[in-house]
Amino acid sequence: MDGIPAYNYLNTPKGWKSWLLTRDHKRIGLMYLFAIMFFFMIGGVFALLIRIQLLTPNQALVRPETYNQLFTLHGAVMIFLFIIPSIPASLGNFVLPQLLGAKDVAFPRLNLASWYIYVVGALFLIYSIFSGAADTGWTFYTPYSTQTTTSVIATTLGVFILGFSSIFTGLNFIVTVHKLRAPGMTWFSMPLFCWGLYATAIIQVLATPVLGITLILLILERLFGIGIFDPAMGGDPVLYQHFFWFYSHPAVYIMILPGMGIISETISVFSHKKIFGYKAIAFSSLGIAFVSFMVWGHHMFTSGQSEIAAMIFSFLTFLVGIPSGIKVFNWLATMYKGSISLAAPMIYTIMFLILFSIGGLTGIVLGALSVNVHMHGTYFVVAHFHYVMMGGTVMAFLAGLHYWWPKIWGRLYSEFWARVGALLIFIGFNMTFFSQFILGAKGMPRRYSTYLDQYQPLHGFSSVGSFVLGAGFVVMAVYLIYSLFRGKPAGNNPWGGLTLEWTTTSPPPPENFIETPKITHGPYDYDKVIADNG
Amino acid sequence: MKDNGNLFLPSGHSTIAPGTDALFDFIYYVSIVFFAIVVFAIVYSVWRFRRRKNAGLTSGVAQNTTLEILWTAIPTVLVLIVFAWGFKGYLRLYIIPKDAMEIKVTGQRWFWSFDYPDGATSVNDLVVPVGKPVKLLMSSKDVIHSFFVPSFRIKMDVLPNRYTMTWFEATDTGAYDLFCTEYCGAKHSSMIGKVRVVGEREYAQWLESSSKAGEGMPVEDYGAKLYVQKACITCHSVDGKASTGPTFLGLFGEQVKLEGGGTATVDENYLRESILSPQAKIAMGYQPVMPTFQGILKDKQIDALIAYIKSLKKNGNK
Amino acid sequence: MHNTAGGHPAHLQHHFSDSEQQASASKLGMWLFLLTEMLLFGGLFAAYSIYRAWNPEMFYEAHKQLNVQLGMINTIVLITSSVTMALAIRSIQLNKRKIAVRFLIATLLFAAVFLVIKYFEYSHKFHLGQLPGKYYTFTGLQGANPHIFFSIYFMMTGLHGIHVIGGMGLIGWMLSRTTRNHFSPEYYTPLEMTGLYWHLVDLIWIFLFPLLYLIG
Repeated sequence: MDGIPAYNYLNTPKGWKSWLLTRDHKRIGLMYLFAIMFFFMIGGVFALLIRIQLLTPNQALVRPETYNQLFTLHGAVMIFLFIIPSIPASLGNFVLPQLLGAKDVAFPRLNLASWYIYVVGALFLIYSIFSGAADTGWTFYTPYSTQTTTSVIATTLGVFILGFSSIFTGLNFIVTVHKLRAPGMTWFSMPLFCWGLYATAIIQVLATPVLGITLILLILERLFGIGIFDPAMGGDPVLYQHFFWFYSHPAVYIMILPGMGIISETISVFSHKKIFGYKAIAFSSLGIAFVSFMVWGHHMFTSGQSEIAAMIFSFLTFLVGIPSGIKVFNWLATMYKGSISLAAPMIYTIMFLILFSIGGLTGIVLGALSVNVHMHGTYFVVAHFHYVMMGGTVMAFLAGLHYWWPKIWGRLYSEFWARVGALLIFIGFNMTFFSQFILGAKGMPRRYSTYLDQYQPLHGFSSVGSFVLGAGFVVMAVYLIYSLFRGKPAGNNPWGGLTLEWTTTSPPPPENFIETPKITHGPYDYDKVIADNG
Repeated sequence: MKDNGNLFLPSGHSTIAPGTDALFDFIYYVSIVFFAIVVFAIVYSVWRFRRRKNAGLTSGVAQNTTLEILWTAIPTVLVLIVFAWGFKGYLRLYIIPKDAMEIKVTGQRWFWSFDYPDGATSVNDLVVPVGKPVKLLMSSKDVIHSFFVPSFRIKMDVLPNRYTMTWFEATDTGAYDLFCTEYCGAKHSSMIGKVRVVGEREYAQWLESSSKAGEGMPVEDYGAKLYVQKACITCHSVDGKASTGPTFLGLFGEQVKLEGGGTATVDENYLRESILSPQAKIAMGYQPVMPTFQGILKDKQIDALIAYIKSLKKNGNK
Repeated sequence: MHNTAGGHPAHLQHHFSDSEQQASASKLGMWLFLLTEMLLFGGLFAAYSIYRAWNPEMFYEAHKQLNVQLGMINTIVLITSSVTMALAIRSIQLNKRKIAVRFLIATLLFAAVFLVIKYFEYSHKFHLGQLPGKYYTFTGLQGANPHIFFSIYFMMTGLHGIHVIGGMGLIGWMLSRTTRNHFSPEYYTPLEMTGLYWHLVDLIWIFLFPLLYLIG
């Protein structure tokens, strides 16, 4: 196959109206991709400002009040505008129907609506930045959030609206997986990324409405002094924490499960070997989704809750960690006796395995009650969640991005520069966040705009690391954008994959498949089939 | 047992710390083992099974029930051990010794105040005797704070309209950092204190002297001490620098504009009112965030602070 | 049956292989959506339970301020509207379009009656000062924090009322499409989905009514 195919979803149909009113899941996925990358950059800028401030304890860059707004915005933008939609709405949207052999998702118009709802929610958040950005932390704890004069309502309304986007995406994916698999593709012969998206979608549908009602209650409290979280009026501020974490804990599995789904794909393709433990991985996704609803109290061990509650939450927290461990072992077993290529997607896959393992193991530290008492509210927690969210989800996202980039655009990027970027990111990431484990264990609290002198060496080191990390992303942006103009045409199947998206052209035609695909082999049958590299 | 900490943890100085640290060490070393396995597996596979020319077909072995059971069961057993150990330590933190001496802790934006059994009070400095269990009965006057002493490995949220409790028994004399660790607004990062652990006799002496504090020194000097001790320094400078509250330098005798219109002269009555009912008059351009010191400062102490503020004239005179 | 030149029904979207698949997908989608609605209200039911457990006497006294007769009438009104909605769908299944239109109009009328009665209840409370949170000025109730009951009352019935209004919009749209002959015994899925939504709105009220108006 020589050049980019003339007929593909990018140029058919033509015109900006055909994009704004598209029902093509690939175009919607692409629009989401641009948006989330944009907000990742915005959130990253906030992060760099935070790290510049924390380079020294002298409050050199911003006043404490502004710093408090910076970390609130960093969290809110990264979580609600970037990471929650990231994999499902961009890569998931693009690839899920193709993996299933379908022409589109179940409800294409709802998909477009999800996109526009996302845009509206984003606009509210952006507006709130300029109207007196919230300074409550992304967790909006009461009573502080009901009293502060910053624009909490604009921010929480934005998040509320974004929640609908997430719910509709999840709903769409569940129905797609149930109803639109190609004939012959059973539940246990569909690719594991679909299982990951499916488990994620269950959480999106069940947990997000609870965030919705929580934010409504918060807004009503601010507007009408309802008093539900105000102790002076018979309310309970800790009740807010229960409501909030009931969503926000499952939310972190919304973040990681799709990433794990990607890793199942890339590790199989780039080890050129059948995935080990398909059913174990599939069921572990469902298990994680199920147990994730029962552990929210581990964010509240020092909140004054009862010892019985703490015990139950701690116990279940350890249980929810086991399925993730099972996945890691199955992925490692997949590599064994494979035929491993270290292309960029595999580099990121390996980075995921290393960094997510660290993140997960430090979750064990935090789940242990007596140790949690010491670590809660410190930089140890900050390091833990950055290891799982960035070292985990973002690395998996990047693996998926590099894996499907040729399919999305029909072009290859420079492997050399991809490795340069990956190296900078790996080094920068560990510099930034490993030091924060030590900072936190030594007692450094979170959300401090300044600190005692004894913490300066580690903070300084972390801040330098954040710029190395940022440089890695700049390199990535450059070579990816360059590839759009000068990248070698990719052909149908540059990686030799066996899932259905690789049977179409790169980029694919608008309808994905001209004829309904015939399923002749499983998605990981590297012991039976040699892929056609087209 | 001396707890000297490790790469991660600071040295521990309470009876709870060794237990917490031992569990941390266990998790740490087990984690290193598992992490080493993961890294080794990756490195080995990448080296040994690196793709040669053409990929070809690979092994179809894709499941092994024994392995699945093993790598499910072993981690499960390990985490259950960690769970039980952690819960045991947690109970030790929660079950407060009956003979513990009780100190009332009040968190407010943005300082800690402590009330001792005999009526003494202190701000930001928690003075306790070594080797004796101390119970902390805590509540907040405004938003949620959290009381954290890293060297003791204790932490407990401090809530409005409710009491929470924790306890500790310090094992070594010294001064240990006390942080607020639940975000509470603008000066959250400054809500820092110290736990001063002293010998029993010293503690008794301190209690006695705190009621006689200020005797035998010029009243402005006592005021200067209180300016620091009672945390006025958190929000008011004495060198003209801008901060959360107006600077004290040259403040006395000034005419200040007020929020909502009107002016006031900064005299003794104005200062006393600002200390006891800070919301009554807000200087223009400032936020109404000053807490009241009713019940925290005795009249004698208010007098001393006023004297100190009076002495802070501009143009070099102290 | 309206077929396009390609030989498939006009209502069949291109990514579905046949009408059954499309209808089945729509049903699953709607049930999932209803699940999210139940979780949304679930948070309020949880708040109700918690505050009721903390203030049992106050809840008992305060709930007597509600007008049980009006609440009962509203319950019957909503249940009846669910029946007329179901009958509208049944009529389309039997290809009786004009009767379906009448049942849809009846459903809308009953929904409107529900809202009118709620309007009277709300304005009575406004008049007495039985308002949520810091606006509460009613003096006729003893005990601590009686405003909590009314805060919860207004939040639950208010959110429900918003869903009634939304449902009326949906039913109005279905009415318009039915009069324009969009539905037939072979295809009436949107009508069916609207019916499911409306039944949930009714069901939520059937929980709200006893919890707020009846139990002592």
